[in-house]
Amino acid sequence: MSKTFLLALTSVFALSACATAPAEKPKSASSSAPKAALPWTTDPFPSTYHAYPGVPTLVTNVTILDGEGGKIVGGQVLFADGKIVAVGQTVQAPSDTKVIDGAGKYVTPGVIDIHSHLGDYPSPQVQALSDGNEATAPTTPEVWAEHSVWPQDPGFSRALANGGVTTLQILPGSANLMGGRSVVLKNVYARTTQGMKFPGAMYGLKMACGENPKRVYGSKGREPSTRMGNIAVDRMTWAKAAEYKRRWDKYENSGGEAPSRDIAMDTLAGVLDGKILVQNHCYRADEMANVIDMSKEFGYHVSAFHHGVEAYKIADLLKANDICAAVWADWYGFKMESYDGIEENLAILQRAGTCAMIHSDDENGIQRLNQEVAKARAAGRRMGIDIPDEVAVQWMTLNPAKALHIDGVTGSLKPGKMADVVLWNGNPFSVYTRPEMVWIDGALLYDMHNPKLRPVSDFELGQPGEGDVK
Amino acid sequence: MKALLLAAAALIAAPLSAETIAITGGTVALGDGSAPIQGGTVVVTNGRVTAAGAGVAVPAGARVIDAKGKWVTPGIVGGITSFGIEDVQGVSETNDSRARNTPFSAAIDVSDSLDPDAQNLGVERTGGVTRAFVAANAGNTIFGGQGALLTLAAGADPLVKARAFQYVELGEDSFRVGGGTRLAAYALLRAAMAAAKNPALASDLAKDSLVTRADAAALVPVLEGKVPLLVHVERASDILRVLGLKKEYPGLRLVLVGVSEGWRVAPAIAAAHVPVMVGLVDLPAAFETLSATQSNAGRMAKAGVQIAVTTIDTTGGGPQQKNLTQVAGNLVALNKVDGATGLTWSQALAAITSAPAAVMGYGDYGALKAGAHGDVVVWDQDPLELGSAPVAVFIDGVQQPLTNRHTRLRDRYAVPQEGVLPKAYER
Repeated sequence: MSKTFLLALTSVFALSACATAPAEKPKSASSSAPKAALPWTTDPFPSTYHAYPGVPTLVTNVTILDGEGGKIVGGQVLFADGKIVAVGQTVQAPSDTKVIDGAGKYVTPGVIDIHSHLGDYPSPQVQALSDGNEATAPTTPEVWAEHSVWPQDPGFSRALANGGVTTLQILPGSANLMGGRSVVLKNVYARTTQGMKFPGAMYGLKMACGENPKRVYGSKGREPSTRMGNIAVDRMTWAKAAEYKRRWDKYENSGGEAPSRDIAMDTLAGVLDGKILVQNHCYRADEMANVIDMSKEFGYHVSAFHHGVEAYKIADLLKANDICAAVWADWYGFKMESYDGIEENLAILQRAGTCAMIHSDDENGIQRLNQEVAKARAAGRRMGIDIPDEVAVQWMTLNPAKALHIDGVTGSLKPGKMADVVLWNGNPFSVYTRPEMVWIDGALLYDMHNPKLRPVSDFELGQPGEGDVK
Repeated sequence: MKALLLAAAALIAAPLSAETIAITGGTVALGDGSAPIQGGTVVVTNGRVTAAGAGVAVPAGARVIDAKGKWVTPGIVGGITSFGIEDVQGVSETNDSRARNTPFSAAIDVSDSLDPDAQNLGVERTGGVTRAFVAANAGNTIFGGQGALLTLAAGADPLVKARAFQYVELGEDSFRVGGGTRLAAYALLRAAMAAAKNPALASDLAKDSLVTRADAAALVPVLEGKVPLLVHVERASDILRVLGLKKEYPGLRLVLVGVSEGWRVAPAIAAAHVPVMVGLVDLPAAFETLSATQSNAGRMAKAGVQIAVTTIDTTGGGPQQKNLTQVAGNLVALNKVDGATGLTWSQALAAITSAPAAVMGYGDYGALKAGAHGDVVVWDQDPLELGSAPVAVFIDGVQQPLTNRHTRLRDRYAVPQEGVLPKAYER
């Protein structure tokens, strides 16, 4: 990972609307002996992802939704060396640039799904591959989703080809109050999960409110079996984490014997230190409010509430606390806590100025996030909230990038950012539109017209339907 | 309280409309696979369509609904749903869709528990769904039981036709309920059919036989071909095996459900004249769907298979038949992808209106033709587009309310902040 890139990421944190700037690292006092880095600040499983080769590319005469809130009709997008170079009505391109006529088509940033279980609940959905929930204890911050991700999940290819997804966060499931660490991936097949890891992206801690933890553990006759049990176990665990972090901070500041490592507490201390983001599954408005107060009690910040089907009821509260809401367009009624899910959720959040986004949580839904945005936007329009294309596109690009703190490097077509780009064969919010070409870091990795650019995972090789259009 | 009960009774007994309605000037799609007609007219009298198309005269005294700039289609017909037998899927008290602790299977009859107040009926109706087939899931054997045809009309008895079909699992799902293997599932199927032919082979309870007398009796109309047998099956080889059942039981009226690998054996399905209900799936979610592709519906249609489109396994978050328009639109979009096979727009609309009704044997639903039930939806734009929504819905010629619990929540929280009084006072 280049130093420049890390610096770029750091600067993002301060700019991100959704984000809380990471807590100031305690200044290291003078100490006698060299000390180990705080254990939650290092990544023992570093990314080995590398960008694939691309050619300098200019898309001309195309409608651009740049993810920054801008729209250019009949414009041009130039990218080279894996980065966005220029976006405008006309841009200067070197003579050896590959030119693609985008007449009648749209260009957007690559789609980002902040909530996916590809790889940890892969296809085929057999027990042997079901690795998303370490449902053996209500808090398992020691587990990391990346150690469950099967990089041969056929779902990655569908998300790319049908959904234009270039970046996705893989989360542990929601059986546990603290389900473990998430991992952010580039949607590029690799032999190892490390080969897919988004370089420099922060880890997340998956937390869950509500029905799932209390059902899973209540049915085992143990705490939590109620919502009050959920919060109680959370607070007891945060209290331990605060103590763990205090010991490490003391060690860092004053030296002495290093505290014992606790892999679970490392993750939580990382949250308290602002180095790990909280991604919190939470459906009901009242539970989100409880979590917000709990986060203040222990000094952390929730980056985004996921599955916030009742986020619309507290749009103002979320905005005041600088918390994003990641939601579906129209899922409702599949469990009690989703009973009040309405299609206008995203639009009401947008009108309130809350950082809002679409998410999938689903191997099929991730293939159609643009369509889910379109439905949510239309519901808003019917209640008088008119959200233009160039704003709606942020629900699947810049806003999830913000909630993942990668908006300094992707999520919009800003010069210098990663060339994660989708060329759609029409307006992306029409049902008749499909991704035509998808570039990741400037490499063309899907082309609707080129069967050789349909990735086939090992699992599908030599099987019926190999290489078919999916 | 008494007044309220009376009002409720009046609702349940809501008569068919004697009103004559003429919907004029819209883009009219008949739902039969024909191309949309610009400036068409649809006339509904006494709850039935009496005329639809271009150059249709408006009868004297008709209530005229101006649909200029709008689209007019038949109501959406949901394929296999749990409407009315499930309010909140994850709340078992409201969920009658799967019985696990009963000796009965094929005898189970969904018409025994239909609830017109399940909130999803209102939400789906507002989305343009006017009819649906409802089936229980197989709970403790391969049989799901006897399904029904429903109306989504507000205030009406939802039941249109009880015991309209039988449902059976003969793919991987039969592992769960059929004794552990496909082989055991077929053995059970044969035992059940034998008992249907000869009641002496069944027992009153399941102590001595997996098939009770009641289950066997429920299978008699299946054997006789009086009701269709819906078979959930996905794998190409399993599909061929199911088609072979017609040799053993010539009376069977098979309808295949799921059929993800149908495209690989499409000529055989077409030759057997067996219709299919398919979804939009493209993942090897199971080993029985290794070759799943979104082109499945299009390829089968091209091979001459009669197809209807359902939302089986295509969306999470509960059964949402109102998203069938989205599914249909996706099938149209496929035509632009190299190597893919989609449906034409008109085929796609038919696949979610007339086709689901037709494959189940109900030719007088889901199409705007003389004699059909007056289930008509006026849309603000192309109904398959993501931004579309109904502006008027008629079922049996009766105009339906377009409000539901969700629209009430929307209105209450359009401004999330509380006002002078708590939200509980805003309604």
